[in-house]
Amino acid sequence: MTMTAAHMRSTVSRRGFLAASAATAGAFSLGFHIPFAQAQGADVPEINAWVVIKPDETVVIRIARSEMGQGTLTGLAQLVAEELECDWSKVTTEYPTPGQNLARQRVWRNFSTGGSRGIRESHDYVRRGGAAAREMLIRAAAEDWKVAPGECRAASGTITHGASGRSTTYGKVAAAAAKLEPPAEVALKDPKDWKIAGKPVQRLDTADKLTGKQVYGVDLKLPGMLNAAIKACPVFGGKVKSFDAAAVQSMPGVKKVVPVGDNAVAVVADTWWRAKVALDALPIVWDEGAHAKASSADTAAMLKEGLTAEQAFVANQTGDVKAALAGAAKRIEAVYGYPHQNHATMEPMNATAKWTADRCEVWTPTQNGESALAATAEASGLPAAKCEVYKIHLGGGFGRRGMTDWIRQVVAIAKEMPGTPVKLIWSREEDMTQGKYHPVTQCRLVGGLDASGNLTGLHMRISGQSILAGVLPQNLQNGRDPVTFQGLNPPGPEASLGYTVPNLLIDHAMRNPHVPPGFWRGVNLNQNAIYLECFMDELAHATGQDPLAFRRKLMVNSPKHLAVLNAAAERAGWDKPAPAGVHRGLAQIMGFGSYVAAVAEVSVSPKGQLKIHRIVAATDPGHAVNPQQIAAQVEGSFVYGLSAALYGECTVKDGRIEQENFDTYQVLRMDEMPKVETVLVPSGGFWGGVGEPTIAVAAPAVLNAIFAATGKRIRTLPLKHHDLSKA
Amino acid sequence: MPRLNINGRDVDIAVEDDTPLLWAIREQVGLTGTKYGCGVAACGACTVHVDGVATRACAVPVSAIAPGQKIVTIEGLSPDGSHPVQKAWAALDVPQCGYCQAGMIMAAAALLAAKPKPTEDEIHAEMTNICRCGTYNRVRAAINLAAEGGEPRRG
Repeated sequence: MTMTAAHMRSTVSRRGFLAASAATAGAFSLGFHIPFAQAQGADVPEINAWVVIKPDETVVIRIARSEMGQGTLTGLAQLVAEELECDWSKVTTEYPTPGQNLARQRVWRNFSTGGSRGIRESHDYVRRGGAAAREMLIRAAAEDWKVAPGECRAASGTITHGASGRSTTYGKVAAAAAKLEPPAEVALKDPKDWKIAGKPVQRLDTADKLTGKQVYGVDLKLPGMLNAAIKACPVFGGKVKSFDAAAVQSMPGVKKVVPVGDNAVAVVADTWWRAKVALDALPIVWDEGAHAKASSADTAAMLKEGLTAEQAFVANQTGDVKAALAGAAKRIEAVYGYPHQNHATMEPMNATAKWTADRCEVWTPTQNGESALAATAEASGLPAAKCEVYKIHLGGGFGRRGMTDWIRQVVAIAKEMPGTPVKLIWSREEDMTQGKYHPVTQCRLVGGLDASGNLTGLHMRISGQSILAGVLPQNLQNGRDPVTFQGLNPPGPEASLGYTVPNLLIDHAMRNPHVPPGFWRGVNLNQNAIYLECFMDELAHATGQDPLAFRRKLMVNSPKHLAVLNAAAERAGWDKPAPAGVHRGLAQIMGFGSYVAAVAEVSVSPKGQLKIHRIVAATDPGHAVNPQQIAAQVEGSFVYGLSAALYGECTVKDGRIEQENFDTYQVLRMDEMPKVETVLVPSGGFWGGVGEPTIAVAAPAVLNAIFAATGKRIRTLPLKHHDLSKA
Repeated sequence: MPRLNINGRDVDIAVEDDTPLLWAIREQVGLTGTKYGCGVAACGACTVHVDGVATRACAVPVSAIAPGQKIVTIEGLSPDGSHPVQKAWAALDVPQCGYCQAGMIMAAAALLAAKPKPTEDEIHAEMTNICRCGTYNRVRAAINLAAEGGEPRRG
């Protein structure tokens, strides 16, 4: 909090201050009242930044994070509503805009929606927002009745005074409550007393998704709007050398051909289809730059060199791994690899912008409204205060929409057409070839075992791409990328290794190819879980031990990891034989604040046909806010994780990505989708994410089950390149 | 000028003959519930009914639509979201991001109109739409729920 309440009161009107003022000391900054043009008129009382209550009892809960299918809109609303004690059936939601957040000194704090952080990083202050609003509503009723607030109770949007039998509703006292000072302190409920949070309530955003009414970014219509299609140099790092606008200028609907930055050209037309037809006909000459001949084989060779390079960043080190491996009774070594992947959101990247010399507005599906606003300001040449971003429901995000590249493009195009809104939609081909790809890495693992089969030494050398080096180089720590080691960190609350190995070394030789990396749902947990958990399986089998028993011995110091692994194993019936012809594999990992494990049951026909029959997935997210949506996230995680494991691969030839559409970038479809049993074991006391961690155990559990079925150890993905038939 | 019958209404549209039906629906008729996903009939996000048959509109030029053919989009499936498939979808909270769901619902409605009690293999054969969020198991469950509702349904 940067201003005192007294100072604020002297500088703004009492109504304006009180309506917008902070809910709890220290939890909110103060700000000015800004009417919500989209949904709320100025006369609708804002109790605080998070809660607006209308006279008809409608409760509008403000959601700062972006909804992209993961259910955060509903989950965050449940947390606010729980403390607010409102009627859940009256709840609706709205997004505050990034511009409003800026003007109100970030009263809604962080808008960033990635890393499964939506709930786990904001549960405390959104609940306090709900609790503070409840206290103000009770106090408004109590003052009206001239009784002590402590004698009144609120439940389901109704306030009652037991002694006198009086009651009123939130809608009736909201206007008075909005004028009150927020309480200095509020107490939060014990989660065991939750009535709305923690329950499998239905999503708030389903109805319009069933009728075509839901407006996505691609659907936006503004008066006078034109449409743009764009093509950037297919070779990363390349530029536009020239293009022949005259060749397409007279094609139907074409309004303008504009260069965008130094590497792309856009055609603006009356409709998007006509823009795309003209763009496809537009002669463009590229300067393909330094990477014109780059290939996946080049990258693989570069990474291979890193597997044994002298220099590496160390993440986790105990004992003397060199000596332990040298003196081991048995030494096992393996090299794994994981390819580039595209996010492939169903809705391609898009945004609409309107630029004038005095203002720039952008409408876009974004995972980070604040960075979208910053990008808008930068690209428009205007200060952020003269810019605004309107967030739209995302047709998938998976990390891709945390970036801002398409926003910079649309603003650059709109600047060429002052006053005219322009909607830019990427074609699927553009989306596939201009991605921010899951990083490519390889990993060399060496394990040392004593004569009794105990793991005495483990060296994991990761070689490959750093996301931070490509996306947020300012976050590197003396050149080291800490995100590379997700799931492999020393003991702690985030992404820690669940195994205690007396002599351990986990390090990273950073090797960055020219393909731009990005945060891809599950991030580095994906490949690290494969490397670690498949190698654990190798070690167990090499010494004739049960993979579960082998792991348990190493997990005595990691009770939460172990409990989740045990929960998955128990539900799957690990200690009982699988059905005839069916084989099991398991995996566990910790990341995004949660503990996850999975058991996969597969069969492989003599001809090598894989069938995944059943997945049992256990999750300990600490607190579970909406169990049915957690189940949806866990099921969806297997689709994402298994799509990658079975098919996902973006290869490079002549400097460009070869896979241009879903016909060559295959993903899992319904006929391959296994049954998923979600085992939720929330142990309380912490808040973990659920959108991502489970993805990481999908592939290793299945790969380990494939080994059990075939004796074939798959160390490189995707699986489609491997022959699983009996030799 | 092509004339299309969409959701029971005749609409004259001013487009080139090779314009995909999807873009005519979205940009000329102004119905945006039908989505662009791939443009090569691979993902099914653009699924509409043409004379009751589930059709990937991104790969059908408007010139291929014969006069009198009846096109139904997600907006025309029911006036108020009350088609049995939509009701089953709502009951099971199927959508995540929702972008593919109009195509999924249109494909499911056509399937159930043709085969009121589909087997799992029949569901899998018809439902090849892509969902990246991973709603497949709830989609399958919702189709079964709608089928159990028992009424023959029309797209």
